[in-house]
Amino acid sequence: MTAGKSKKNQMSKIGKSVLLHLIIYTAALATVAPFIWMILTSVKSMNDIFVYPPKWWPSEFHFENYKRVFEAAPFGRFYLNSIFVAITVTLGQLITCSMAAFAFARLKFWGRDVLFFVFLGTMMIPYQVTMIPSFMMLYWLGWIDSYKALIVPGLASAFGTFLLRQFFLTIPKELEEAAYIDGCSRFRALWSIIIPLAKPALATLAIFTFMGVFNDFIWALIVINSEEMRTVQLGLAIFRDRYITEWDLLMAGSVTATFPILFVFFFAQKYFIKGITLSGLKE
Amino acid sequence: MTSLRNKYFSFLTRTSLGWNFKKGRVSRRNLWSALLFLSPTLIIFATFIIFPVFFSFYLSFHEWNMFSSETSFVGLKNYSRMLSDPDFWQVLKHTFIYTFGTVPLNMVLSLMIAYLLNQKLIGKKFLRTALFAPVIISPVSAAVIWRWLYDPNFGLINYFISLFGIDTINWLNDPTAAMFALIVMGVWKTFGVNMVLFSAGLQAIPDSYYDAAQIDGAGRWAKFWYITIPLLSPTTFFIMVMSMISSFQVFDIVYVLTSGGPLGATKVLVFYLYEHAFKFFEMGYASAVAYFLFAILVVMTLIQVKYMKSSVYDVV
Repeated sequence: MTAGKSKKNQMSKIGKSVLLHLIIYTAALATVAPFIWMILTSVKSMNDIFVYPPKWWPSEFHFENYKRVFEAAPFGRFYLNSIFVAITVTLGQLITCSMAAFAFARLKFWGRDVLFFVFLGTMMIPYQVTMIPSFMMLYWLGWIDSYKALIVPGLASAFGTFLLRQFFLTIPKELEEAAYIDGCSRFRALWSIIIPLAKPALATLAIFTFMGVFNDFIWALIVINSEEMRTVQLGLAIFRDRYITEWDLLMAGSVTATFPILFVFFFAQKYFIKGITLSGLKE
Repeated sequence: MTSLRNKYFSFLTRTSLGWNFKKGRVSRRNLWSALLFLSPTLIIFATFIIFPVFFSFYLSFHEWNMFSSETSFVGLKNYSRMLSDPDFWQVLKHTFIYTFGTVPLNMVLSLMIAYLLNQKLIGKKFLRTALFAPVIISPVSAAVIWRWLYDPNFGLINYFISLFGIDTINWLNDPTAAMFALIVMGVWKTFGVNMVLFSAGLQAIPDSYYDAAQIDGAGRWAKFWYITIPLLSPTTFFIMVMSMISSFQVFDIVYVLTSGGPLGATKVLVFYLYEHAFKFFEMGYASAVAYFLFAILVVMTLIQVKYMKSSVYDVV
């Protein structure tokens, strides 16, 4: 009797678990379906695309669609622009943010707490408010339509400074104090003691910044005019105006624009998630 | 290599950056070295954040086409023009519809998924990766993909709803459907963020509470309603305000998915701001709109801060 009951319980437990798996895997599949659809469309022929009901698997693979995209618009150049800008901004932020974070975490100076509060306050300012004067600043400097316009405004970050400061505070001071007695400078303490210990935080910041810059659209839209200065995102947005229903090319372009981020994401997922959790922001 | 670096660093030491043990001069020296460490950040911030915040406030009381050298003080004219412009009220309405369409949908969905992900599951890592993937891709390519999904004749979505006997919808060319399409895409793009935040919130609830409820004979639903929901409320509130703030600022996906159309049906506040600033070059007027947006976001943030103070909450 008891054995039968526990067996029944066991069965309902398994049943519930199966149901749970069914629900969550359906949700996951629905979430990635657009990605799969994008990748499959990108190698389809027009005959496979304009067909109803839609056909998932292409009857033949047209990898040359990618070649056609790169010929239809200078996506190679767009790519180079995006990668160059994203890497420069990321490296720049790692340097400026760790320096600023060091000052806030380790130096006692007059007005530190007020200044830090102001720093945190700037995180609340929406970019729409600073966008117009920043644009005019670049216009006056003669930097519109250049790498400088894409890079320089992004070379500092309140979020990054905050993130690194919080991490630096967890590193014991004794390590540096011993070094200072041996005549070590502060720059060196930052460089050879703190930075090596702060790698996880730096990785989070690096990946998060890279993603933000690579995916950025509105800033490039505002400050870039000429074709050869376009980033991948801007290039793709303009491409979609011109090739409105050439879905094979548009999907090949989209794969191109998403690939680097998805690639990094698969290998460094926890840093992405950490960055998102810490900032709570999106888009 | 090391010796070169040592030499360089000992040079830096001599140039006043080293630790100074003499009392009294410490704080002044500290101020100088702090300024040195902060200088790159301060320069960028002063140029691209601090100055712009004040300057756009100044601009909002002026009329200025940026290519002419003249600015004229117009007082509150930009603000009164904004409030009397029917287009402005339209875009504000669209922004509210988008916000109140996405946020509840997003929150219910992400809480459900986070709750399910918190159970015993096979392939949890894969699931988390898949569910989070839309967050990390660029809004531009996401919107390009969804344009294809929403294609009226060959799109996957019309095919999918036809399986349930629903007629073809011309998603992006019908004013009502376009807003709905935008909301659905917005939820798809951002629910992963809230899923992660809810997961963190769920994991912070001690198991002992559930164990105690179990002993008292509480079922799964009872535990969810009487333990999970109340204990999660600070997280929920935080997520709600953050989602509202970011929904209010939506731009990229609107620009690429619908370009504000059809007939301006999906034109949102930031789109309106962008047009006035960078298409019509009415910098003064656009600044007034930006400050209006700023005011709304500040109010939301203040409500958040006020509420958060009374409840201990930590995301990380």
